[in-house]
Amino acid sequence: MANHVETLATPSTQADVPRQTAAGAPRLRAIWRFCRQKPLGALGGVIVLVMIVMAVFAPWIAHYTYDETIRGARMKPPSAQFWMGSDNLGRDIWSRVVYGARISVTVGFCAVLIANVLAAGVGITSGYLGGKYDLCVQRVVDAWQSFPFLVVILSIMAVLGTGLLNIILALGFFGAANASRVVRGATVSVAQNVYIEAARALGAGHVRIMVRHILPNVAPTIIVWATIGLGAFILAESALSFLGFGVPPPYPSWGGMLSGSGRSFFSQAPWMAIYPGLAISLAVFGFNMLGDALRDVLDPRLRGAAGSRMR
Amino acid sequence: MRKYVLRRLLIATSSLFLASLVVFSLPRMIPGDVVQLMLEERAYGKDLEDLRAKLGLNRPIYVQYFDWAGRVVQGKLGESLWTKRPVLEELGRRLPVSLKLGFLALLFSVSIALPIGILAAIRQDSPADYVARSLAIVGLSVPGFWIATMVILLPSLWWNWSPPIQFTEFSVDPWAHVSQFIIPAFILGIASSAAIMRLTRAQLLEVLRQDYVRTAWAKGVRESAVVVKHSLKNALIPVITVLGIQIAQILGGTVIFETIFGLPGMGRFLFDAINQRDYPVIQGVNLVIVSVVVLMNLAVDACYAYLDPRIRY
Repeated sequence: MANHVETLATPSTQADVPRQTAAGAPRLRAIWRFCRQKPLGALGGVIVLVMIVMAVFAPWIAHYTYDETIRGARMKPPSAQFWMGSDNLGRDIWSRVVYGARISVTVGFCAVLIANVLAAGVGITSGYLGGKYDLCVQRVVDAWQSFPFLVVILSIMAVLGTGLLNIILALGFFGAANASRVVRGATVSVAQNVYIEAARALGAGHVRIMVRHILPNVAPTIIVWATIGLGAFILAESALSFLGFGVPPPYPSWGGMLSGSGRSFFSQAPWMAIYPGLAISLAVFGFNMLGDALRDVLDPRLRGAAGSRMR
Repeated sequence: MRKYVLRRLLIATSSLFLASLVVFSLPRMIPGDVVQLMLEERAYGKDLEDLRAKLGLNRPIYVQYFDWAGRVVQGKLGESLWTKRPVLEELGRRLPVSLKLGFLALLFSVSIALPIGILAAIRQDSPADYVARSLAIVGLSVPGFWIATMVILLPSLWWNWSPPIQFTEFSVDPWAHVSQFIIPAFILGIASSAAIMRLTRAQLLEVLRQDYVRTAWAKGVRESAVVVKHSLKNALIPVITVLGIQIAQILGGTVIFETIFGLPGMGRFLFDAINQRDYPVIQGVNLVIVSVVVLMNLAVDACYAYLDPRIRY
């Protein structure tokens, strides 16, 4: 999931953030500069924003409620009334897609929060304390990573049962393994800095150093991972819902809309399959683009190096 | 190097041990009411005590683990609660299907990722680079199960044709047997190829900025030689490591693709077992998958040590 995040530079990532704050650059100007430098990242940001707005204001944006059956509107193609057509039970697909954003946003943000808190805890302590503790923790992380994501989550769901909370817990817990490695790598680099030594010389305890000095400096790494991780979690949630282990119907989730009894009607009403899939792809695309752009901005190693370009 | 490989072997063993603890814990995490439910809905045992005994839940936990691990080492993975057949026997039939699918997916993934990744790196910021990077992001964003659904749906609408979703044995029709793997393996390989492509590009870009590459340019070496001979080998070392991670992801993906395309492999076996709450099968499949992943990672690490002379712990 976070293979590409592992190339994050760590010692220098923190440099930009304090500099910006120190200069007191207005936040709006920084956002405008980001949009100009990274138009695709900005596009990703807009997609993410639209998705969040859809999730929060779903009852006002959707034309119908998600489970409202409209009489005489069974499998109607896209039209002015039904923007994305209607399904085999006569429900408006646009409304269901809008409400479906709620599941994706909820699962994505909650799982990423759990994963990041866990990853930060494990990664920072492991990277900072080192020694036997690091060795033991990293062996646990090795084992944690040897389970294919989907396999272990499905197995956990078989044990705990389906439901929103179980999906969030399972995704958050098992999604933390890769992130903890990235955070550990960042911590090892940050911990070698002179200011950490200075803090220690001033008598700061381990907890204070980890919380006050290391955590703020690995935060950019965590933020980038979280943004890219959000896309991966939304994808994982849709896969789980597709396999029937998501939020139970009639509440719509994008993955769930592509499975179940509706599948047998896809050949008569292909829009039932097209739009939920497009929604998942667009949402994940948005998070990936935003995460990529943030990484480029926060990681000076990846900024354009025209001088070293081959041609 | 031998020391390094031995060290990795030790790590792999410890990973396997810890992973076995997780696999072992799975049925023990079932809430009590679910065991009751299994009894009522599926009649997996005569009474609650009988079912708990079948799941091995009625003895001290460490005794249960060593008993279970001892049987696993002897190749006894228990019996399916649903079909009453030995799990190992069933896995023996299904593992080759998943391995074929996984191997083909990896083959597609690498053959798509490497050329595009190299092209994107040597033509950084050119239109080709932008197209390749955008395609990679799209590849990472579009869910495989949706592509699979579209691949089945759209040709059936347009040309009245759909890919085979009935499994054909090799002995019945060798060509049909091989061809039914091609489409799922290709789709499964796409997401994995996007990740490998991005890493190949990033690594190659980093290597191309090294001093020794500049020296090669200064000597007047041809572009192809600079890229293939001087840069690629070093750039590919981390890519090979990531292949280990991709193998785990591909194995995970088999659950979805075997289910959609009707392939009787290990992934579908797991999916059916999860639906039936058939815990011995869930444990068995998890254990096999984790073992494959750990062994593959060990092999990748060994290759890594062989390819990179700097690794001489």
